[in-house]
Amino acid sequence: MATPENKLAFDAGWQYSPAPESTDHIKVRKRYGLFIGGDFVAPEKGKYFDTVNPATEEKLSRVALASDADVDKAVKAARKAYGPWVRMKPAERGKYIYRIARIMQERSREFAAIESLDGGKPIRESRDVDVPLAAAHFFYYAGWADKLEYAFPGRKARPLGVAGQIIPWNFPLLMAAWKIAPALACGNTVVLKPAETTPLTAMKLAEVVADAGIPDGVVNIVTGAGETGAAIVNHPGVDKIAFTGSTEVGRIIQQALAGTNKKYTLELGGKAANIIFADAAIDQAVEGIINGIFFNQGHVCCAGSRLFVQESVAEEVIQKLKDRMETLIVGDPLDKNTDIGAINSRQQLDTIESYLAIGQGEGGEMYQSSCPVPDKGYWCRPTLFTGVSQSNRVVQEEIFGPVLAIQTFRTFDEALTKANNTPYGLSGGVWTDKGAKIFKMTQSVRAGVVWANTFNKFDPTSPFGGYKESGMGREGGLHGLDAYLRLEA
Amino acid sequence: MSLTAVDTTTRLPDLSAVPAVDEVGVNERVARFQSRSIKTASKIEALKLVLSMIDLTTLEGQDTPGKVRQLCQKAIHLHDALPDLPHVAAVCVYPTMVGVAREALAGRDINIASVATAFPSGQAPLSVKLEDTRMAVAAGANEIDMVISRGEFLAGHHGRVFDEIVAIKEACGDAHLKVILETGELGTLDRVRKASVLAMHAGADFIKTSTGKIQPAATMQVTLVMLQAIRDYYYDTGRMVGMKPAGGISSAKLAVHYLVMLRETLGNAWMTPDWFRFGASSLANDVLMQLQKQKTGVYQSPDYFSKD
Amino acid sequence: MAQKSGSKRLSVAKTYKIYIDGKFPRTESGRYFALEDSKGGVIANVCRSSRKDFRNAVVAARKAQPGWAKASAYLRGQVLYRVAEMLEGRRDQFIAELVLQGVGQRAAEKEVDLSIDRLIYFAGWADKYQQVFSAVNPVSSSHFNFSILEPTGVVSMLAPNDSGLLGLVSNVAPTIVGGNTCIVLASEKLPLCAVSFAEVLHASDVPGGVVNILTGHRSELTGQFASHMDVNAIIYCDADRKTAQSLQHAAADNIKRVVSRTRTDWFKSSAQHPYLIRDTQEVKTTWHPIGV
Repeated sequence: MATPENKLAFDAGWQYSPAPESTDHIKVRKRYGLFIGGDFVAPEKGKYFDTVNPATEEKLSRVALASDADVDKAVKAARKAYGPWVRMKPAERGKYIYRIARIMQERSREFAAIESLDGGKPIRESRDVDVPLAAAHFFYYAGWADKLEYAFPGRKARPLGVAGQIIPWNFPLLMAAWKIAPALACGNTVVLKPAETTPLTAMKLAEVVADAGIPDGVVNIVTGAGETGAAIVNHPGVDKIAFTGSTEVGRIIQQALAGTNKKYTLELGGKAANIIFADAAIDQAVEGIINGIFFNQGHVCCAGSRLFVQESVAEEVIQKLKDRMETLIVGDPLDKNTDIGAINSRQQLDTIESYLAIGQGEGGEMYQSSCPVPDKGYWCRPTLFTGVSQSNRVVQEEIFGPVLAIQTFRTFDEALTKANNTPYGLSGGVWTDKGAKIFKMTQSVRAGVVWANTFNKFDPTSPFGGYKESGMGREGGLHGLDAYLRLEA
Repeated sequence: MSLTAVDTTTRLPDLSAVPAVDEVGVNERVARFQSRSIKTASKIEALKLVLSMIDLTTLEGQDTPGKVRQLCQKAIHLHDALPDLPHVAAVCVYPTMVGVAREALAGRDINIASVATAFPSGQAPLSVKLEDTRMAVAAGANEIDMVISRGEFLAGHHGRVFDEIVAIKEACGDAHLKVILETGELGTLDRVRKASVLAMHAGADFIKTSTGKIQPAATMQVTLVMLQAIRDYYYDTGRMVGMKPAGGISSAKLAVHYLVMLRETLGNAWMTPDWFRFGASSLANDVLMQLQKQKTGVYQSPDYFSKD
Repeated sequence: MAQKSGSKRLSVAKTYKIYIDGKFPRTESGRYFALEDSKGGVIANVCRSSRKDFRNAVVAARKAQPGWAKASAYLRGQVLYRVAEMLEGRRDQFIAELVLQGVGQRAAEKEVDLSIDRLIYFAGWADKYQQVFSAVNPVSSSHFNFSILEPTGVVSMLAPNDSGLLGLVSNVAPTIVGGNTCIVLASEKLPLCAVSFAEVLHASDVPGGVVNILTGHRSELTGQFASHMDVNAIIYCDADRKTAQSLQHAAADNIKRVVSRTRTDWFKSSAQHPYLIRDTQEVKTTWHPIGV
């Protein structure tokens, strides 16, 4: 293994010049109202809040703060639109959704740049992952609109009515697509609330919805923080709540919905185990670990944040991880070569940094890559913890940042026991070259998505969602339709 | 394994311990390298580095002394209209042409690489291969590009392949030995990785993808797997081994992406012609056109760049 | 059972116990409640299960769950068929027990027959529902991707109050056929068949801990059934609005799946369908690269 004499060096020599994505083609208004009934309207109380570029701490725009009255207006608009929308020929509904997909593709560069500006994620990811996947979701569900009778054998599929949808800041546009596309395909109308730190692509999506000629009120987008979300959850005119976010908030929502007849789906937190066996394709596994935890700054509910490496290869894997981390570029989200962008908000950075302190305080050995980070903005270098165990908080709790906790194991059963030793159950990863072992592990890990010899892959046809405290219900694929339908005999 | 192999495993490593390679994962990693955007100063630096790493190659049945002399002229005068250009690393020719190249490049700091060992098929007795090698070295080659016996490798006779490389290495004397795996005939990335390990343990100074006579020749995928094998060998032994992708790399953009891959896999130490080469014939002109474009801001025509 | 009057010999009354981990303990609390007939006569002393009984049952259910889930679909079907056979063999006993609790003779016969048939119905689904509800997903990348159902885990269940046997069977069968284990709180009004059904389960090949049956007061146990952190889902059948709300609220502590089966007429054929199985299933999606 590596010694001081044979250590690889990545810090000098040929470096990549800045390659910034141009922003001259994007249009961001100085101020956004609420998108209700097909129009941007001013909030009742006239309040607005800033949305900030986390890479520069500069204000990008101001967005409306929706009050209870605004939410009420949005729900009423959605209710009014519901009748005509549900009576529309399903094939026509499908074509509307398809229009959204097509326009989103046409404006993909603008969407990608705004997503990176507002949320801090690297342009490479918003360009290659978020925006194309969002469009693909609309395409996928557009096609379902007139085929629902084939989805659930022996049942008649009926829409629910008005869906209230609350989405997080880690994949703002993509989560909006995950929510809106199936809801519309199933004949519902929606009131969607983007996260307060990342409202802009939702506002751009509202423009697309308008341009696509979607009937007024079918899609309503209201901006605000937790109180706006609570207003949606508690509104009696809402028939369904779809929430993606923390388990903590998910629990509050489930409690709030107790005693109502609202259907709900929750996509919550995770602390996924990524298990590397000695017989794995090690170099690809290392890459999978990197993608598993450093994708989107680790702001990923299904991130592979708990690494389990079989002891006989642990030293090798950790050495390779450290070398690979040295090649990760942290910085300007708009630079096409940036691998890890800005942490989404000051608040989230504080959370992550508190966990770094906790991890060290618990006796964990922390390693961070040596890359430079900008002076302004919110940044966290890719980070590893070794010398930690299942008893440590950095192993148990969702950090939602680029922080990997590494443990070793000796046997299959040990790895499995530890992998399942968590209240979460969103995702998992297993790396081995042995087929039978793959199936044994993928069947035994209690999680809704299991990646074998890969990690953090997403597709509109592929259902996503958690076991246990990681939530309930699925998004994506045929199974994702269920969240927006009532099945009748 | 055959008895022969067993007899010689004193130095042949256990190839079953070589890690598996997942093709899809390799493709994804390569796509990631290709998503790097190399612009402005870093592009110019990279293009010049590419030029300095080229083994300018002619390996045709129709090669003549005249053709080889012209190639050497090109090696010396890549494009005199552009100042501050490096020269290529080497010219690469058949053994019979080594003497011609030696003469044409006299006094120049350009190496002479010769293919040997019954290139490109490798289908000849060891004695013939050794003689081929000695002849090329005697004629003035300071780099030997040998081919492994793919038939033996695929038949599982790893010991024979290993012994052959050891013997050729000895015949090379002071000349550097590049071992061509002919990855296009090995079929899987797993075999590429194993063959890389075998060749390095047998004494290869460089490992090289292809003869250029078999498709597919060099790809970023096989090159990545070989670079990772080099890295692991370096971790284990502390000895640096060079890498030469050859065949099929004809665009400057692709070559720059190879450099991205090299940089992010092996780091700075390998970013020189001592440790990385491109085996190519038409790559140089595309690089030159790109450099000219960077200088002038105007897209170029091939008519303005010499073809030798 | 109550002593029959006019009989020459002194009959032996049955002790109604609870069923935990394949065993028939009395409630650890030592408490009971008297089940009375319409005239106020005592039919039986029924265990008034405690929180601790419930806790023990959850431990048993958790322990049994992985093994039961791992049993082949064929085997789970065979076990349910066997349960039906055992119930058929004791048909008269169950009819008599229902009648004793105040159900009319014809209705009791119908309930037992339907219960047997419902077991057969779900036994047949054991190796089929996966095929109906799974999917191979045509993802765009070079990966093989499929979604299958896996059992949610440990399910707590408040069995229907108005149907002592059929309601119980109609909820237990689809839950366990999918590889879950469960803890059932029997009908408070009609608890006897639940205990006798536990004997049927015991006499079949249902592994201990797969089905645990408690009797007792809803008012004492509903909160525990909803809040226990090692229970993955709760099924309730006839809670009033207020109970449903507090139950759902408590269930949120560990994001329990809450399945409401209120207003179901268990005697109707529409009350049997594979979506009852799906209610306590999770969708697991697996990805693997396709390459050489």
